[in-house]
Amino acid sequence: MAEIKKHDTPMVDELKKGPWPSFVDDIYSYAEKHQKQACFDLLGQLELSFKHKETHWKHGGIVGVFGYGGGVIGRYSDQQDKFPAIWAFHTIRVNQPASKWYHTSALRKLCEIWDHRGSGMTNFHGSTGDMVLLGTVTEQLEPIFFDLTHQMNMDLGGSGSNLRTPSCCVGKARCEWSCLDTQALCYDLTMTYQDELHRPAFPYKFKFKISGCPNDCVAAIARADLSIIGTWIDDIRIDQEAVRAYVGGELKPNAGAHSDRDWGPFDIQKEVIDLCPAQCMHWDGKELHINNKECVRCMHCINVMPEALRPGTDTGATLLMGAKAPILEGAQLSTVIVPFMRLEPPYDNLKEIIEKTWDFWMENGKNRERLGELIQRVGLNRFIVDVLGLKPIPQHIREPRSNPYVFWKEEEVEGGWDRDVAEFRKRHPA
Amino acid sequence: MSDKVYEEIQNVQLDEIFSKPYDPELAEKLYNPQKPMENRITDIGPPHYAQFFPPVIKKNYGKWKSHEIIQPGVIKYTSETGDVVFAVRVGTPRLITTDYIREVCEIADKYCDGYVRWTTRNNIEFHVTDEEKLRALLDDLKGRKHPSGSYKFPVGGTGASVTNIVHTQGWVHCHTPAIDASGVVKAVMDELFEYFGSHKLPAQVRIALACCLNMCGAVHCSDIAILGIHRKPPLIEDDRLQYVCEIPLVVAACPLGAIKPATVEINGEKKKTVRVNKERCMFCGNCYTMCPAMPLADGEGDGIAILVGGKISNRISPPKFSKLVIPYIPNEPPRWPTTVKWVKKILETYAQHARKYERLGEWAERIGWEKFFELCEIPFTEKSIDDYRLAYDTYRTSLHFKFTSHVEPM
Repeated sequence: MAEIKKHDTPMVDELKKGPWPSFVDDIYSYAEKHQKQACFDLLGQLELSFKHKETHWKHGGIVGVFGYGGGVIGRYSDQQDKFPAIWAFHTIRVNQPASKWYHTSALRKLCEIWDHRGSGMTNFHGSTGDMVLLGTVTEQLEPIFFDLTHQMNMDLGGSGSNLRTPSCCVGKARCEWSCLDTQALCYDLTMTYQDELHRPAFPYKFKFKISGCPNDCVAAIARADLSIIGTWIDDIRIDQEAVRAYVGGELKPNAGAHSDRDWGPFDIQKEVIDLCPAQCMHWDGKELHINNKECVRCMHCINVMPEALRPGTDTGATLLMGAKAPILEGAQLSTVIVPFMRLEPPYDNLKEIIEKTWDFWMENGKNRERLGELIQRVGLNRFIVDVLGLKPIPQHIREPRSNPYVFWKEEEVEGGWDRDVAEFRKRHPA
Repeated sequence: MSDKVYEEIQNVQLDEIFSKPYDPELAEKLYNPQKPMENRITDIGPPHYAQFFPPVIKKNYGKWKSHEIIQPGVIKYTSETGDVVFAVRVGTPRLITTDYIREVCEIADKYCDGYVRWTTRNNIEFHVTDEEKLRALLDDLKGRKHPSGSYKFPVGGTGASVTNIVHTQGWVHCHTPAIDASGVVKAVMDELFEYFGSHKLPAQVRIALACCLNMCGAVHCSDIAILGIHRKPPLIEDDRLQYVCEIPLVVAACPLGAIKPATVEINGEKKKTVRVNKERCMFCGNCYTMCPAMPLADGEGDGIAILVGGKISNRISPPKFSKLVIPYIPNEPPRWPTTVKWVKKILETYAQHARKYERLGEWAERIGWEKFFELCEIPFTEKSIDDYRLAYDTYRTSLHFKFTSHVEPM
């Protein structure tokens, strides 16, 4: 083995200071212990980027494993003479278990694979949710894939124009608010759509994200092409005894989330009733009353008094579509498509909508056009009515349009559009 | 809840494959480049989640009743069965080595029967079921430090705190960034450290960083978003472009139609290339994503924009986008002092003025954005006035405004 070459990194070393965990200390400790040139070179190149204020990674590079079109991101240094150990430094996305629980036996073995075949550096996790193994060479890609599939029963995640690795919140595993079996649904969709996940056939990326309640802990509404967010259609469950305990100061509001500042005694009128966006509650001094028909399920009252209030028991999800970051047409939040859907295995009702949407997008989407942009281009009304065959309802919009430019169809207009101009002129001489 | 799902979860056992020793030579024996399909296993998907549930989580799946944050970073969950579990949340830098993961494993083996969880925001959660173990775990975590003194596992990120920053790759591993990610995050979190481990704020504050406009992470809906931006139009490598780029795709990639096909002569040889109408460029970088011969990155041009007031949750007010309040701060490695200063200034001004439960964006909307700029002492520039699509939605078409210091009677 060649001698290890270390680089001076005075600027990067400044990030060893301070209380927040230092990735620089971590990487240097690892590099020294394992004598990993790639780690020294990575920090050496980072120092150069700090000096130039520019990245030193080349553009792209198509690499992968046989039969898959995603899961590996090619990466090459543009300073290969200075930092030869990272001349190629590809990323592997490994599909995480739903909601990211692990046993150490799995993590330790994954670490062994990565010490042996890669840089030893990771992202736990990537933004989409994958375990990200950061930095290896092309020759190691197939062996890593074989190690993952034969020795870990693990598989790659998505990248490129395919279904990206679905992800979900902690759900019923540890949250009393979850209206969905988020992990079960996430796992089912991931397994059902393995082909779409590994073999790019879409105009662009497509993301599923599943949150158990309107608090939306996986940010489904901001970043998923299909956001599946748990909700309930019946009444909020109330424990009046516990409500009184909050009012009496025996229970801490918001589960103790404001414990380090004196906000004064809890005031149910000011902190719950008056902040309700639907103004659908009142407190009579003994009991809390909720007009559930007016409730918009924002979760505020439940968040403030978790011992007293819980979502209803007739649960399901709201489906929304089209969220994305700004590139290209500007950022979009997902828009309501199905206000309420009950979701039980095998989720055929959901899959029907997914597949209809994909068929339409694959047929009509332009190269690199996200679903949200396509919906804007064809019109939400056309998408809901013509593509999905759903009934248009006021829940689809925040407010009705303020312009009168309706695209009437010929069949909607009495007598159609073909008219005789001579007849017209008989009535109205020019 | 579906009984079928509950039953299925109870029956899932930890895969024995993980306890079999790793064979570092097996892959070379199985993989045959001449016959790539031989021994290939594909499309098996992720391991089943339920095998990684600790027993208390498995047993109480769907039965949780309530929770309480007993101190910053420690959440106590109570089940209908009477069972209790404490989740201890710690921050991580996300960019971590296998040795760091091994240390997580060591802690999980010692206190948590080998189970551990990561959150969406790059925190780790350790679970224990009795208070004695909880105290021992908290003591242990506090004592674990990196050689230069930073905490390896700071406890916090719950309730009305600044939790971990969701961020991207930056100069550590990305080919399109305008800024670094891990370095900026480290500098900001060092400065805001006290807010990670405490519940002093009016509500939770979600900070996110994206190193370019692609935004690999939901920074566009964050209380405070740190965004890498370019400010110089792409360079055009005429001699190389036709060999590495599909010109029609590059032309189509520009959202403003500022790219046109062109032909140039280099050393008597005709080359197909493109031309950019620089006045129309908004520096989104989409052309570079499509074409490596159009790099944008520039040490002087690139830097940070700050956007604030976004949120994801439906709580009280609907989810909303973050709004651009500081259009540009230069890149200042290694510790980005101007960015850190502004993030802290915005956070502390919000903390001082907002009402209990009010998110940063809700506060700014209540007091009016003109007041937000005044209180935060952020100079307002015309760059905060939208001139892209749907800009009109952000214009003021009423007399509902306040006479802040911005108004000079004419």
